[in-house]
Amino acid sequence: MRRALERPSHARDPGRPRHRGARGHRDRPRHPDRRGRVSARGRARELAGGATFASQRRASLPPLALAGALLLAVAAFALTRGAAAIPPATALGVLLERLPLLPFEVDAPATWERIVLEVRLPRVVAAGIVGAALGFAGASYQGVFRNPLAEPFLLGVSSGAALGAAIAILSPLPTGAYGFSWVPAFAFAGAALTVVLVYLLARAGAAANDATLILAGVALSAVLSAATSFLLLTGGEQARPIFSFLFGGFNTATWQRIAIGTPYIVAGAAVVALHARVLDVLQLDSEQAGQLGVNVNRVRLTVLAAASLMAATAVAMAGIIGFVGLIVPHAVRMLVGAGHARLLPLAALVGASLLIAADVVARTALAPQEVPVGIVTALAGGPFFLYLLRAHRAGLGPR
Amino acid sequence: MTAARAPVAEGQAPPAPPPRSTPTLEAPTLEARGVAVEAGGRRLLSGVDLALGAGELVGLVGPNGAGKSTLLRALTGMVPLAAGSVTLGGRALSSVARRERAKHVAVVQQLPEAPHSITVAELVLLGRYPHLGLLGRESARDRDYAADAMRRAGCLALAGRELGTLSGGERRRAFIARALAQEPTLLLLDEPTAHLDVAAQAELFAVLRELAAGGAGVLVVAHDLTLAAVHCERLLLLAGGRVVAHGPPEAVVSAENVARVYGAGVEVIADPRGGGPLVVPARERFRE
Repeated sequence: MRRALERPSHARDPGRPRHRGARGHRDRPRHPDRRGRVSARGRARELAGGATFASQRRASLPPLALAGALLLAVAAFALTRGAAAIPPATALGVLLERLPLLPFEVDAPATWERIVLEVRLPRVVAAGIVGAALGFAGASYQGVFRNPLAEPFLLGVSSGAALGAAIAILSPLPTGAYGFSWVPAFAFAGAALTVVLVYLLARAGAAANDATLILAGVALSAVLSAATSFLLLTGGEQARPIFSFLFGGFNTATWQRIAIGTPYIVAGAAVVALHARVLDVLQLDSEQAGQLGVNVNRVRLTVLAAASLMAATAVAMAGIIGFVGLIVPHAVRMLVGAGHARLLPLAALVGASLLIAADVVARTALAPQEVPVGIVTALAGGPFFLYLLRAHRAGLGPR
Repeated sequence: MTAARAPVAEGQAPPAPPPRSTPTLEAPTLEARGVAVEAGGRRLLSGVDLALGAGELVGLVGPNGAGKSTLLRALTGMVPLAAGSVTLGGRALSSVARRERAKHVAVVQQLPEAPHSITVAELVLLGRYPHLGLLGRESARDRDYAADAMRRAGCLALAGRELGTLSGGERRRAFIARALAQEPTLLLLDEPTAHLDVAAQAELFAVLRELAAGGAGVLVVAHDLTLAAVHCERLLLLAGGRVVAHGPPEAVVSAENVARVYGAGVEVIADPRGGGPLVVPARERFRE
């Protein structure tokens, strides 16, 4: 399965000239003196770049700073957009006024302040946190499975969460849009139980490996999705809110929900971050990793559990939002390489930016009606992803 | 079962080991005693004895399916033993922590995998993993070790190249450098010369000899008996999971042993340059 899904790599094509100008040289007759000169120059270049290592070859700060700046810009922009006609400068001013050490005074009606601080800001923050969690968890999954098509819902997080949410929605439990709701709690429980069940199924008889984990995840997901579909079909009008969960959204974002979810996401990220370098070693085959002193199974399960916790929390906070956990880490890897110490924080920052931007589109494109944000990420993310693939394959994309 | 066993190098005084960063187990000997391995009800190895100490270059030879790779895996704790023991510096291998083991024993598999887009330098630096701290950050010293490993494996000039752009021989050196970056006292290689042309094979053995001369214990699985006999101080000939012969190359690669293990298709002649044994295709059947 993994082989068929392996990441496309132009580097595998030996016919592709590595340096511009190499082709012209190849077509020319080879004079010994000329060849000697060229190869000597190439050798010198290799030696010059020779003793360089990842940390020097690709400086890690500029991409991080750039991604951070992008996130701030996108978040600021998102704060100025919305149904209420609040001037952008006032909207930002309301927030800046609250920050310490900034000499800001804004004359804004109390309702505007309420809208910015209690409606727009939690929405932006929630989208950022969920996007960061999905990007980060996706990078972790892809690292563990050594497969760029792995994503945080691979082990059944989304289908388990959907069934949990559907049960909560159809049950007589309170499902208010604001204040406490059983839906995220049930979604989280469904996601967590599913991942544990997938692991137990995969482990049956022997140690869980890539293939059995993925197969168990796919099989269990199919069963749970069927159950959710059944509930959707038979639930009648009462089942309609299930749809909005299935496509995700931040219209229910509240500070309370953010406060409940964020600690799980931070804890999961901290555990994965401690394994960043081990994940680099795991990009070798597991036998080599084992001979380098890595307890491969323990590391994999730890990272998968932590990343699944992040994904389950993200789904509980915002419903099922596809594509972010798949394309963000993949795109970031294409841009900065596979070192996880760089990849993980960048995937989080880019994921946050992308989802905040997608949420702006979701709430403004057809205002006052909301488009589910999962539809926006799929519509925008799919083509962008294809563009990246093409550009990378053609050698045009940055490496 | 262990016919023609010559005295093993246990008594030899190893040359002074190079300075090491972790003086926990000084230049330990890796030793297999009566090792047996079973898989799927089949016995892959039985009663194998082998010791590998500092400064030796030992060849592990035998026909396909003789159990060479299995022995290598048993020596690194990658397969469970059905009988016998493997010890590292006198301690049972299973009682040595993984990381500790990785600091002393490095392995180059037959077909190691790594992402195509990582550079040789990045690959080699991964070999420093057993020496890293909790956060896994390399120091300048780790980079120096990695550069030194590339120099010794003869691939320093390839440092900036991506793995996917290397030839078979270059790739092999990159993985040897990856193993050397572990600062192992013992290096085990599974058919490092497979798929290499004759010149690249000779160069590779030259690298291994240099490593052994520098104090490392090197165990190399080889298919080419002649090549192994030329370069190794000691050979272990396996067939059907058992040791057929163990000792100096001239004793192991004898006409009798080769006929017994490989049948009538090959014969052993003396190197006309006045050296050791040459294993060549038998001529009788093709003569007019």
